Amino acid sequence: MTRNQAIGYGILLALLMIAPVVVYPVFVMKCLCFALFACAFNLLIGYTGLLSFGHAAFFGMAGYVTGHSIKVWGYPPEVGILAGTIVAALLGLAVGWLAIRRSGIYFAMITLALSQLVYFFCLQQSWTGAEDGLQGVPRGKLFGMISLEDPLSMYYTVLAICVFGFWLIYRTIHSPFGQILKSIRENEPRAISLGYDVDRYKLVAFVLSSMLAGLAGATKTVVFQLASLTDVHWHQSGEVVLMTLLGGLGTMLGPVVGAFTIVGLQNYLAGFGSWVTVITGLIFVVCVLAFRRGIVGEIEHRFLRK
Amino acid sequence: MEIFGIPIQAMMGQLLIGLQNGAFYAMLSLGLAVIFGLLNIINFAHGALFMMGAFGAWMCMTYLGINYWISLIAAPLAVGAIGVVVERTMLRWLYQLDHLYGLLLTFGLALIFEGLFHNQYGSSGQSYPVPELLQGSTNLGFMFLPNYRAWVVLASLVVCFGTWFVIERTKLGAYLRAGTENPRMVQAFGVNVPLMITLTYGFGVALAGFAGVLAAPIIQVTPQMGSNLIIVVFAVVVIGGMGSILGAIVTGLALGLVEGMTKVFYPEASTTVVFVIMAVVLLLRPAGLFGREK
Repeated sequence: MTRNQAIGYGILLALLMIAPVVVYPVFVMKCLCFALFACAFNLLIGYTGLLSFGHAAFFGMAGYVTGHSIKVWGYPPEVGILAGTIVAALLGLAVGWLAIRRSGIYFAMITLALSQLVYFFCLQQSWTGAEDGLQGVPRGKLFGMISLEDPLSMYYTVLAICVFGFWLIYRTIHSPFGQILKSIRENEPRAISLGYDVDRYKLVAFVLSSMLAGLAGATKTVVFQLASLTDVHWHQSGEVVLMTLLGGLGTMLGPVVGAFTIVGLQNYLAGFGSWVTVITGLIFVVCVLAFRRGIVGEIEHRFLRK
Repeated sequence: MEIFGIPIQAMMGQLLIGLQNGAFYAMLSLGLAVIFGLLNIINFAHGALFMMGAFGAWMCMTYLGINYWISLIAAPLAVGAIGVVVERTMLRWLYQLDHLYGLLLTFGLALIFEGLFHNQYGSSGQSYPVPELLQGSTNLGFMFLPNYRAWVVLASLVVCFGTWFVIERTKLGAYLRAGTENPRMVQAFGVNVPLMITLTYGFGVALAGFAGVLAAPIIQVTPQMGSNLIIVVFAVVVIGGMGSILGAIVTGLALGLVEGMTKVFYPEASTTVVFVIMAVVLLLRPAGLFGREK
């Protein structure tokens, strides 16, 4: 990390620390959860070159497991979130194990189809509440001491979780492991010929990504006290693709910027009904046709190239 | 008469519905395969264009008073024309890039189309009557065969095998296949490849539009009717592999039948059986049943 980057991240963190004073905390928490979700997704598309079109499965499934374990089994929130994250990782292991058998477009279609399988599973099971979802999940007390009913303690818990997730992704990308992932993205046959077991690296990246997506989904459930079918639906998978694309594929901060932009936009446009879908689609088209670097990617390209 | 404790009428009825869904899978996956062959793009908007075919028929009837048979030609042509515009103005710029961008662009288009129709018509369905000629059903002795469902299966088989014939057995099809193998070489021989690509995309989506018109009288015409279907069709495409035209047709029909059978014996799994089969095929034969490893 260069000095400038460290200062940049420091400023960002400071802004997020004081954000709840200025902005409605629940809104920022929603942004943070989606930012973590998008960062997890970006680990795959941006750094390994795998487009998963089914990440909502991990996000939503973790939400259900967390919601159920807190609401029905009476787990404390930290254990509930952990349970959701672990289940998401296991689900990621299964889905990834199947999906890495194909690459490129097929990989995207397979992940989409398997996430639809998860969607129908959640729709039919009784413990997920089917159409109603899990409502009124209690926030409980963190480590038995701090009540999360208080918006500020909830906010700083979410911030801590997201900073942890972001740090984990940062460490992964800047490790030798991350370098190998990048080499797979750039030239897979060459990575193979250098002796790397490419499939195993892809699988580990996939599990890591789904685990963090699960962490985001689990946290979101605690914040909103709700787990619903919306979070496992393929629209959600598409949304996270859009956030990452808009912010900048393969940039550290891109998904964060993209998530804040899209969640903000949805908040602002909430009164326009299905025009939101049309606008989302339009942003997709514009990004693909004319703005493929994304917001952060474009800034880096213009100002930070040595 | 019963088979495994299920009355044969009920069983045949479900099989027929399965066959009819299989016909839709076949037409849609055929369109996807034809487009993918030449453009290397997976057309996510295929479901939305299927929906627009159905809405096209409904709009023809409601606003213009045009009957089913003319809509069956007009709506696919209109959808094909939209496809041509999309290809000329947008997809064209993506051929040099990673294939994934094509998927993302068409995903965006699907959202736009779906959102626009949702805005105009809401999420509740519009109903479209079965054309007079095909109302009622025929008694086959062991079951009643609804005429319209029989027509759907028949029409889609004719269209699918017609497409197969044109691609595999005619000179035009030879150009197309050559273009799939090596577009630059074909262009060097004086074939207008960009035009061919445009028309191929137009044809592929017109197939989706045609399927949409066929579906209009049996499925509620809603803005979301295509999006759930297209994910199943993606699974069909993964199972069949996109290497062969005939493979796409056969896989589509077969999976429709399997889905119908599942509805009889284990209804809870009928929505997911295709995805489970996809997982099994990935384990045993990752390239797909008719696919070639590239």
